[in-house]
Amino acid sequence: MIGWFVRRLLQSVFVIVAMTVIVFVGVNVIGDPVAILIAPDADQAERLQVVQSLGLDRPLWEQYGRFLYGALQGDFGKSFVFGQPALQIILERMPATLELAFCAVFLAVVIGIPLGLYAGLRPRSILAKTVMAGSIFGFSLPSFWVGLLLIMVFGVQLGWLPSSGRGMTREFLGIHWSFLTLDGLTHLILPACNLALFKVSLVMRLVRAGVREVLPQEYVKFARAKGLTERRVIFVHVLKNIMIPVVTVIGLEFGSTIAFSVVTESIFAWPGMGKLIIDSINLLDRPMIVAYLILIVFLFVTINLVVDLLYTVLDPRVQHNGEG
Amino acid sequence: MSVLLDVRGLKTTFPVGAGQIKAVNDVSFTLGRGEVLGLVGESGSGKSVTGFSIMGLLEPPGRITGGQILFDGTDLTKLGQEEMRRLRGRRIAMIFQDPMMTLNPVLRIDTQMIEAVTAHRPVSKAEARALARDALGQVGIPSPEERLNAYPHQFSGGMRQRVAIAIALLNKPDLIVADEPTTALDVTIQAQILAEVQKLTAEQGTALIWITHDLSVVSRLADRIAVMYAGRIVEYGDVAEVIGKPHHHYTAGLIGSVPSRNRRGSRLAQIPGMTPSLLTLPDGCAFRTRCARADGDCAVMPELTGQGAHWHRCVHPNTQVLA
Repeated sequence: MIGWFVRRLLQSVFVIVAMTVIVFVGVNVIGDPVAILIAPDADQAERLQVVQSLGLDRPLWEQYGRFLYGALQGDFGKSFVFGQPALQIILERMPATLELAFCAVFLAVVIGIPLGLYAGLRPRSILAKTVMAGSIFGFSLPSFWVGLLLIMVFGVQLGWLPSSGRGMTREFLGIHWSFLTLDGLTHLILPACNLALFKVSLVMRLVRAGVREVLPQEYVKFARAKGLTERRVIFVHVLKNIMIPVVTVIGLEFGSTIAFSVVTESIFAWPGMGKLIIDSINLLDRPMIVAYLILIVFLFVTINLVVDLLYTVLDPRVQHNGEG
Repeated sequence: MSVLLDVRGLKTTFPVGAGQIKAVNDVSFTLGRGEVLGLVGESGSGKSVTGFSIMGLLEPPGRITGGQILFDGTDLTKLGQEEMRRLRGRRIAMIFQDPMMTLNPVLRIDTQMIEAVTAHRPVSKAEARALARDALGQVGIPSPEERLNAYPHQFSGGMRQRVAIAIALLNKPDLIVADEPTTALDVTIQAQILAEVQKLTAEQGTALIWITHDLSVVSRLADRIAVMYAGRIVEYGDVAEVIGKPHHHYTAGLIGSVPSRNRRGSRLAQIPGMTPSLLTLPDGCAFRTRCARADGDCAVMPELTGQGAHWHRCVHPNTQVLA
């Protein structure tokens, strides 16, 4: 187990380093940020000065070396646009995104799992069929369109919920959170639902498929033959057997929501990281893009590690000996 | 010997499309306390469905459509789900065919044993655990205290079946339905398990319904035998009677095809043809299409006839005594 963990950590470090190379080379071919940063009427001397101050006159390998040296000390360079450390700017926006992602995943779990269980246990019921048909919409409707529709209905026509920004925030552990105020919560509802729609459908279908697969198993019959209550059969014997794929998907969904909730954040003007990265890409703010992508890689590597560890808790047959 | 289980005219059907499969058709037998009944038949003869009907564990859409199952005077077919649940595992237990599949792979043995006790008795977890440990010791599992903390995949097939038997015995049931519990095991393990079950049920005075297709197993274990064919009992009686003087040609065929009865070098006797589909049964005796003695009289379903302890469902009963 320890050996496995150390190996896994080394692998993770390798993945992150490889990613820095790819990202660093990548951003250097997509365009020249200087053209955007300097005034249109700037002369050659001014231009040269900007290039030198940003270190762009150095060869690529040297730029990368400097970057890596800095990154090891937690310095991912300064944003070209804001003139502040890139990592600091990203981390400032992170709580907003984290909060949104947590809410969306939370909704996916508390709605998706019970609905999936129901649909799996009573596949012929009308509710199950309705819900399964509805999940197809959840999968296939583009989220920007659903977002706009949510704003139209609940924000504009009914006027029940705000559709823009984070609302009031309250400080907790030195970070501003929306969910701690009523106003903030109401601001959170629409974007969270928008993000959750796809995830609810996904989790629900996974759980349903799992239930359909596990129910005919002999051990479920045997559990019933022991005279266990139906509740115990479902929530212990069945549910524990279907949690592995569900946990995997929830982990990945959590990561991708944090990283790529760009569309939803843009539509609801949610000041999170997704909106930040889009703005940075538009301005070719290289340090921001690099720092962001590396942070995301770090996040995914961590989530996968946690999910792998959870497997051992969920299924005793999964053992992390040497291999892996 | 007082009657524990009295099955009368049991009918279990599975709807398929427009038709109905009569998996169990008019099955009757009685079982006294501590008695062992061997329920014998080929795959699809309805023997397992009979077992699941008694347990109240039929897979929907299958359901009991007729008859009574009187268990200690109570008709199980009339019981509600919750009443049936309280009976299952406490007074009627079941052992399944494939020990690799019956234990939940993600739950520890102690969890699976303790829940079987606490589902029926108001005892603490510690007490239930002690009972579980004793039960494991009883079925011959070494160092039961440590094995309680193990998961099913850490046991061999034979050991898992022992665990399943221990679970079945936990609440000292009056009746155990054993659905081919040794079929999936090695021959040597089979014999051990068989001896173990025989000993334990005799000790506790537990009645046993042993469902199997293996006549040699049943002849060693059972007091009585019921032979099933296409959903019906075709022969029923004391073991020595049925094995020694089978009246039904199907039973005779089954006995004749046991390898030890065949002479060395000669071809193994077999029953011609195969089990008919339950959807397209011939009129009258279902076995007549495979039976050498069949004639026009067989086109009417014969009644179960006989005397004393030996009954058969055949108009041309076999009179030969098998050596």
